[in-house]
Amino acid sequence: MHKSLYVILEIIRKEFYQIRQDRRMLGVSIAAPIVQVILLGYAATTDIKNTDMVVCDMDKTAESRRFVDEFTNSRYFIHRYDVDVPRDADTYIENAKAAIGLLIPAGFSRKQLARETPQVQIIVDGTDANTSNILLGYASQIASSYALDRITSSATSFTGGRPARIVPEPRVWFNPDLTSTNFMVPGVVALVLMIVTMTLTSLGIVKEKEIGTLEQLLVTPIKPYQLILGKLIPFVIIGYVDVSIVLAIARFWFNVPMVGNVVLLFALSGLFLLTTLGLGLFISTIARSQQQAMLIAQFFFFMPFLFLSGFTFAIANMPVVIQYVAYVIPLRYFLEIVRGIFLKGTTIVELWPQALALLLFGIAILTLSVLRFRKKLE
Amino acid sequence: MIKALKPIVVKEIRQIRRDPTSLGMLLVLPAALIILVGYALNFDVKHVSLVVFDQDKTAASREYLEKFKRTEYFRYLYDVSSYSDIEHLFLNGKTTIAVVIPTAFSHELLAGRDVHVQILVDGADANTGVQAVNNAARMTADYSAKMVTDALVRRGRAQYVPVDFRPRVWYNPDLISNKFLIPGLIGFILVLTAVVSTSLTVVREKERGTMEQIMVSPLHPLQVVLGKTIPYFFISLIAATAILVIGYLLFDIEVKGSLVLLYAGICTIILGALGQGLLISTVTDSQQVAFMISVFSSLLPSFLLSGFVFPVASMPVVLQVISNVAVNKFFLVVVRGVMLKGVGFDAVWEQFVYMALFAAVTLGFSTIRMQKRSL
Repeated sequence: MHKSLYVILEIIRKEFYQIRQDRRMLGVSIAAPIVQVILLGYAATTDIKNTDMVVCDMDKTAESRRFVDEFTNSRYFIHRYDVDVPRDADTYIENAKAAIGLLIPAGFSRKQLARETPQVQIIVDGTDANTSNILLGYASQIASSYALDRITSSATSFTGGRPARIVPEPRVWFNPDLTSTNFMVPGVVALVLMIVTMTLTSLGIVKEKEIGTLEQLLVTPIKPYQLILGKLIPFVIIGYVDVSIVLAIARFWFNVPMVGNVVLLFALSGLFLLTTLGLGLFISTIARSQQQAMLIAQFFFFMPFLFLSGFTFAIANMPVVIQYVAYVIPLRYFLEIVRGIFLKGTTIVELWPQALALLLFGIAILTLSVLRFRKKLE
Repeated sequence: MIKALKPIVVKEIRQIRRDPTSLGMLLVLPAALIILVGYALNFDVKHVSLVVFDQDKTAASREYLEKFKRTEYFRYLYDVSSYSDIEHLFLNGKTTIAVVIPTAFSHELLAGRDVHVQILVDGADANTGVQAVNNAARMTADYSAKMVTDALVRRGRAQYVPVDFRPRVWYNPDLISNKFLIPGLIGFILVLTAVVSTSLTVVREKERGTMEQIMVSPLHPLQVVLGKTIPYFFISLIAATAILVIGYLLFDIEVKGSLVLLYAGICTIILGALGQGLLISTVTDSQQVAFMISVFSSLLPSFLLSGFVFPVASMPVVLQVISNVAVNKFFLVVVRGVMLKGVGFDAVWEQFVYMALFAAVTLGFSTIRMQKRSL
């Protein structure tokens, strides 16, 4: 046991020596996460505020203006352009000068007084399905409450009093302003962390294979698990440096509220590192060249993880089969952990299934790497 | 010049053929990914899980709640009996929205007084939260309006609908996410495959020492650069075609505009992305660094900065400028314009100019870097 520890320590020393030699690599693995988290933290936003609106008010009465005001009073729409004919509104949407168009027909007010129903049109460019969905959601909610107001106020003049309404009172927990940054930045943090640590290790063994130094290692009495651990531990340390940096950026640069326990977050980050470093090593044992390793990492891991982890696309919205696939994606659990601890203050009481999943995954992938490696030996 | 290219191209092709696994991955995986994404991903905020805390438990409250149970926007889980249940479910991420009916719900309504219904939302995921709140509020307003109208009708007044609200959605009337995502995915995948395939080519020769051999040959650096680009150019072109065919066959995404224009765009972005990869390869000294830089300069920027998922218009102005480093940003405008809207060259010529510029700059710099080495 004592001797085996010594062997591992020696490999760690050798790895550190190599890392120190390759200053650029070290620089990239520290600098890249900083730049990426800062840039992408700003980019990843689904907030839709201050959308430019073009209005074609063909009624031009107090009532039609009141209706337009309902839209502009929400912080979502800015009454940017006025046009006289619907065709002009179309042009604004077509040229993407306005994202939403509101068409109020002539006789809007008169028809209402006559208790008829005027037809109001709203135009959006549906190319970006997500944005248009949200815009339409706001718009139809505004129209619905306007309609309710009209009905109730038309009833006040009537004997028997105004009929009662149900008033919705939304209360948003954990992220009261519904800022998407608070949700996306922890996601970017997890993503960047995964990519750095996986890239670091995924070339580790295949590189020695390509250079031919692996044979040298193999003729030594070093056991596969010792080699794997020895290669892994330096990257765990670099990984933790990266964890600290990116978490600090999320907290202090982006002001993402930190409701939960930092120590727990650091501890569970360790479990996540176990899986990403393990995956990297695994790739390294199956790839025949560094280029292959890169292809495998990109196409089999980064891309599916990016899409299926719940980073931008909610897992609950995916087809059931794909939801099962999502269970084997470690990033998914870490995203739940990071977002939970940051925003909701979840504790290990709620997070133990995620922690357990990461632990099992980490152990499995490392064992697999050692086995793959041993096979090579024979 | 052209003749001299041949040996380099032949050598690259030979190298590619020696590694059929990689070639297979470059050709097959883009198509596989498009199938996965096409089936798996959508932006629809539907079936948001919902619980109900009904403190009134009357016919009136049940009738109102029925609306929430019968809509595709929400997926009703069960009734809960306390606020702490709701908190617990929120913390575990088991539910996103909870409707809380006060005790005197039906009593107040009968007395003609407005009732406040709490709609609690787990706002951690802002995108889902916003849409869930909007849907719940709209459904409540609609229900209220119907309730009030019914009351008025009972008192002998004619039914009255103040506005008929008609959304008109252009280009993608059913707001199908795939129509937005799949064209975008073409650019995303093209950039990734192109950068991945070239970013290691030069640095690998540097590491092995074979670069010197090429350098002492009478080849001009530009010939080396082009020779390394051409084989991968055709691989990417095949991958792009596979994506288009699958998009059409499986997901009914057709090209509304000119196919020629679309392919012109595809060729330009492939050149740009191959140039990006080559540039990375010429400035780095080890494959590991090249790998890291190419992942960080292609994967995340072309996913997050390009407008593939997050609209560029919602980003801060500084970032909108920075986002120009993602060549995919320009291609996305072209591919969505041509495929979904059927626009012509006049609408997207600026994007073409930029992509061409990007390709010229990256390939040009790669050549210069190679030249320096040979001195």
